Amino acid sequence: MTWALLLEQTLNGFQLGVLLFLLAAGLTLVFGIMDLVNLAHGSLYMAGAFFCATFTDWTDSFILGVLLALPATLLLGIVVEMIALRTLYARDHLDQVLATFGIILFFNELARIVWGPEGLVIPLPGWLDGNIEIMADVFYPTFRILIIAVGLLVALGLYVLVAKTRIGMLIRAGASDRDMVGVLGVNVKMLFTLIFGLGAALAGLAGMMAGPIIEVNIGMGEEILILAFVVIVIGGIGSIRGAFVAALIVGLIDTMGRSFLDLLLKTLISGNAAETAAPALSAMLVYILMATVLFFRPQGLFAPRSG
Amino acid sequence: MFLRTIGAGLVAAVALATAAAQAAEVKIGFVTTLTTPAGVIGRDMKDAFELGLEDIGRKMGGLDVNVIYEDDGFKPEIGKQKTDKLVQKDDVDFVAGYIWSHVLLASRKSVLGAGKFLISSNAGPSQLAGKLCHQNFFSTSWQNDQTPMAMGEVLNQRGVKSLYVIAPNYAAGKNMVAGVQRTFKGKIVGKDMTKWPGQLDFSAELAKARAAKPDGVFIFYPGKAGGAFMKQYQQAGLSGQIPLYSVFTVDSISLPKFQKVNLSGVMGSFMTQFWAPDLDTPQSKKFVSGFKKKYGRYPSFYAAQTYDTVFLIKSAVEAVNGDLKNMDGMRAAMAKATFPSVRGPFKYGKNHFPVQNFYLREVVKDADGVWTTAARKVVLKDHVDTYAKDCKM
Amino acid sequence: MTFSRRTIFIALFLAGLALLPVALADQPFYVGLLSRAMILSIAAISLNLLLGYGNMISFGHAVYIGIGAYSVGIFAYYEIYDGFIQWPVGLAVSALVALLFGAISLRTKGVYFIMITLALAQMLYFLGVSVDEYGADDGLVIDVRSEFAGLIDLEEGIALYYVIFFFLLLTIFIVHKLVHSRFGIVLRGAKSNEARLLALGFPVYRYKLMGFVIAGVICGLAGLLLGNFTNFVNPDMMHWTRSGELIFMVVLGGLGSLFGPVLGAFAFLLLEEILSDFTIHWQIIFGPFLILAVLFLRGGINSLLGSRSDG
Repeated sequence: MTWALLLEQTLNGFQLGVLLFLLAAGLTLVFGIMDLVNLAHGSLYMAGAFFCATFTDWTDSFILGVLLALPATLLLGIVVEMIALRTLYARDHLDQVLATFGIILFFNELARIVWGPEGLVIPLPGWLDGNIEIMADVFYPTFRILIIAVGLLVALGLYVLVAKTRIGMLIRAGASDRDMVGVLGVNVKMLFTLIFGLGAALAGLAGMMAGPIIEVNIGMGEEILILAFVVIVIGGIGSIRGAFVAALIVGLIDTMGRSFLDLLLKTLISGNAAETAAPALSAMLVYILMATVLFFRPQGLFAPRSG
Repeated sequence: MFLRTIGAGLVAAVALATAAAQAAEVKIGFVTTLTTPAGVIGRDMKDAFELGLEDIGRKMGGLDVNVIYEDDGFKPEIGKQKTDKLVQKDDVDFVAGYIWSHVLLASRKSVLGAGKFLISSNAGPSQLAGKLCHQNFFSTSWQNDQTPMAMGEVLNQRGVKSLYVIAPNYAAGKNMVAGVQRTFKGKIVGKDMTKWPGQLDFSAELAKARAAKPDGVFIFYPGKAGGAFMKQYQQAGLSGQIPLYSVFTVDSISLPKFQKVNLSGVMGSFMTQFWAPDLDTPQSKKFVSGFKKKYGRYPSFYAAQTYDTVFLIKSAVEAVNGDLKNMDGMRAAMAKATFPSVRGPFKYGKNHFPVQNFYLREVVKDADGVWTTAARKVVLKDHVDTYAKDCKM
Repeated sequence: MTFSRRTIFIALFLAGLALLPVALADQPFYVGLLSRAMILSIAAISLNLLLGYGNMISFGHAVYIGIGAYSVGIFAYYEIYDGFIQWPVGLAVSALVALLFGAISLRTKGVYFIMITLALAQMLYFLGVSVDEYGADDGLVIDVRSEFAGLIDLEEGIALYYVIFFFLLLTIFIVHKLVHSRFGIVLRGAKSNEARLLALGFPVYRYKLMGFVIAGVICGLAGLLLGNFTNFVNPDMMHWTRSGELIFMVVLGGLGSLFGPVLGAFAFLLLEEILSDFTIHWQIIFGPFLILAVLFLRGGINSLLGSRSDG
C-alpha cells in the first residue's frame, strides 16, 4: 500500500459520498418534512439520467444535456407529486411504500417502452473524458473530480438555502414540527410541491453525474436507493447536515472496505478464507455500519426532531 | 341406407380425427429473460430463435412448429413456475432457452422429471455437466469454465507473467476466475470480487489494479456492468497502459454502445469464445447475414447458441419422422450432433455438452466501419470440459 | 349464531382450496400455482402478526423463508433427507435468528426499525451469496423432498398440496388464538398506545420480541415448505425485494385482519401470472394497480368483504 493509492481511494470514497449526498438530500427533506417514504426517488434518479442521455444526443453537448435535463426532472417531480404523492402524505408508511413501489414499476416499464431495454450511453466531451495528474504519478479521472466539485457546490448551496433564506426557515420549521408551518399561514401545499421538485432535481442531477460512468439503465434507481436510505437513516431523517456527513462516511467506508479489507483480513486469517470473506464482508460493511450507529443512536447521528 | 350413411359419417370422422392427430405440431417452450435490464439478452435469443424458425419454414419433419416464449424475470422461482406451466399445462415436447445458471438449476427437475428434453441455449453450470448430468439434457453452449480456461492459455502464449483479476462475486464470476486460474501459469497479483448485482462503479478496484502494475487485467462482466467497466477503464487512463483480457464482457450487445461514445480503448482488446461472427462455417455465415438483414445488427453469441438450438431440435424431430413419442430415437439423433452448427462440425461429450474449439477474438472494425469481433486463432481444440469425468452416464 | 358475509366467504374460500385439487387432478400446473400461493400466504400471515397487530414494520421478513428453505437444502446436500431432522432444525434456527435480530432492531422505532431489519436481512443475503460450498447465488438443488418415515410422500404434488393446506389452516388457527389471547391484546395495545402499557407495567419489549420470534418461526415453516415445493433454494429468496413483496401482499390483502394476507398473497400471485401472460410490459399495468389499490381500497381487499368483525 502506498500513499498515492490511499489518496486515490480517499478521492474515490469522497466521490461516491457526494453522489450519495445528491440523492439523499432530497430523500431526507421529503421524508423529514412531508413524512413520506418515497421509494420512487430512485425513479427520478433514473429519469434524470435518461433525460440527460437523450438531450445530450440531441444537442451533441453533455453540458447542454444537463442544463435541459435538470428542469425536465424538476417538472417530472412536480407532476408526480401533484398527481400521485400529494394524497399519500396523510397515509401511513406502509401505504406509501406500496404506492411508491407501484410508481417504480410504472416508470421502469415506461422507460423500457420509450428507450428500449438496452439502456443508453452519455458521451462526454473530450476535456472531461480523460484524467489529470493530481500529484506526481497519481492520475485521477477528470469527470470524477467534476462530480466532487458539483456535489460540494450543491451542499454549499443547500446550506445557504436552509440556513439563510425564508424558504430555508420554513424547511427547518417543517422538519422539526410539521404542524407549526401550517399555523404560520404558509401555503403548505405549494411549499411541499416546491421541496419535492427540488429533491427530484437533485436526484436527477445525481443520475446525470452517474450516467457517464455507469451507463444509463432501467432499474439503476433501485440499486442505489437502498444505499441512499442507509445514508439518511445514519444521518438522522430530515437533517441535510446529517445526510452530508453520513453520505461521506458511507462513501468512504464502502470504498475503503473494497480497497483494503482483503489485505487486512489476510494478516488475520489464511489467504483462501480471506479471499472468500473479504468480498462478503465488504458488501455487508455499510449495513453493519448502519446497524451499529442505530444500536447506539436509535435516531441517527443528527436527528432534528426530539422524541 | 340410413345406417350406412351414419357408418360412412363415422368412418369419415375417424379419418379426420386421425389426420388431425397426425398433423400434430412440435411444441417448444422457450424460457428466457424478457423483462428487467437483462431483457436485452432475452431479446437477442428470441430474435435468433424466430430467425431460425423462418429459415426452416416453421416446419420440422413435416410438423408445424409452435413456440411458446416465457419470461423468467431473472428469478429462479418464476423461471421454475413458467417451466412448470410449459411442461404441465402446455405439454410441450422440448423446453429450451435459459440464460442463467440458477434459473436452469431450479427448473431442471420440472422438465427432466416429466420425461421431456431440456436444452440449455446458454447456462452451463458445472453441476449439470458433472454430477447432475442427464440423458435428456443437451447444451448448445459451453460449460462455464471452458471459456476462461481458453483465456488462461492465451495469457500464457502472450507471455503474461502477472495478472490482476476483477470479477463479480457470484457463482458464474467465481467459475470464471477458477477457470482462468486452472490454465494460467503466471502469478495472480491481485483479485477483487465485487458486489453483485448492483456494483457498477469500479473506481476502487481500478486504483488497486493500477497500483499493482500487472502485465494484464482479466475481467468478466456480463451485461450492463461490462459497459460500465470498460468506460471506467478508459476514463482512468488504463486502456493504453495495461492490456485488458475479458470473457463474456464485450459482445455485439455492448459494442454498438461503445462505438457510440467512441470508447476507442476497447479496440484491439482480446477475449475468448467458442464462436465469432466472422467464423468461416456455412451455417455461421448464413446465420450472421440473415440476422443482420432481419434485425439490422450483429448477433451476439447468445443468439448464435439459440440459432443452433432450433437446428438441434429439428434434427431430432426429423430423425424420427415426426414421431414425438420416440424419445430414444430423438435422443440418439441429438447426441450424434449431425445438425449444421454455427461452430462447424463438432461432437457431443458424454454429458451432452459440446466438445468444441475455443477461439481468440479481437475487437475490430468491419468493412462498413461497424465495431465487431473477429476470430484470430484456435486456442483450445476439441476441448472437453473438466466436469465431464464426474458424469455417470 | 348468524354468519357474517366475511365468515361465509372465508369458509367458501377454504372449502374451495380443499376441493380444488380433485377438480384439477389433470392440471398439475394449477395445483402447483395454488401450492405456492398458500405457502406465501403462510409467510404473509406471519408478517401480518408484526405489521398489522404489533406495528413492527419488518423489511427483512423473507430471511426466514430463506432459513427454512436452506434447512432443507443444506441437509439434502449432505444427503440427509429426514424431515424429522430438517424441520425442527429449520424452525429452531429461525427462532434463534429472529431472537437475535429482534433483540437488536426492537431498540429502534418507525423508519429506523424498517431500515435495521432490512440491513440485518441483507447481511444474511450476502452471506448466502458468498458461501461457495452451498452454491453461492446459484443455490442448492433439492432433488429429494423431506422424508417423514414413510408417513407421507411429498414427492406427490397432491400430497404436498394438502400438507401445505394443513399448515395454512394451522397457521390461521394459531394466529387467531394468539391475537385474542392476553399476549395479542398487549401487542395490539402497544400499537395504539405503547406509553400507557409501559406505565401499567407491561414488559412491552419482551412481548414484542416474543411476537417477532413467533412470526419468524411461522415464516421459517413457510420456507421449509417452499424449499420442498420448488426443489431449490438460493439467496434470492432472502433479498429485500422479496421482503417487500411480502409486505405488499399483507397491505394489499388488508393489514391487521386475520384472512387479509391470504387474499393479498393470492391476488398478488394471480395478477402477476395473468398479467405476465398477457404482455411482457405487464408492470406498466401492475404498477398503477398498486397505486390505485392504496388510494381507493383502504383496508385492502379484506375491506371489500364488509366491515371488520375479527381482530
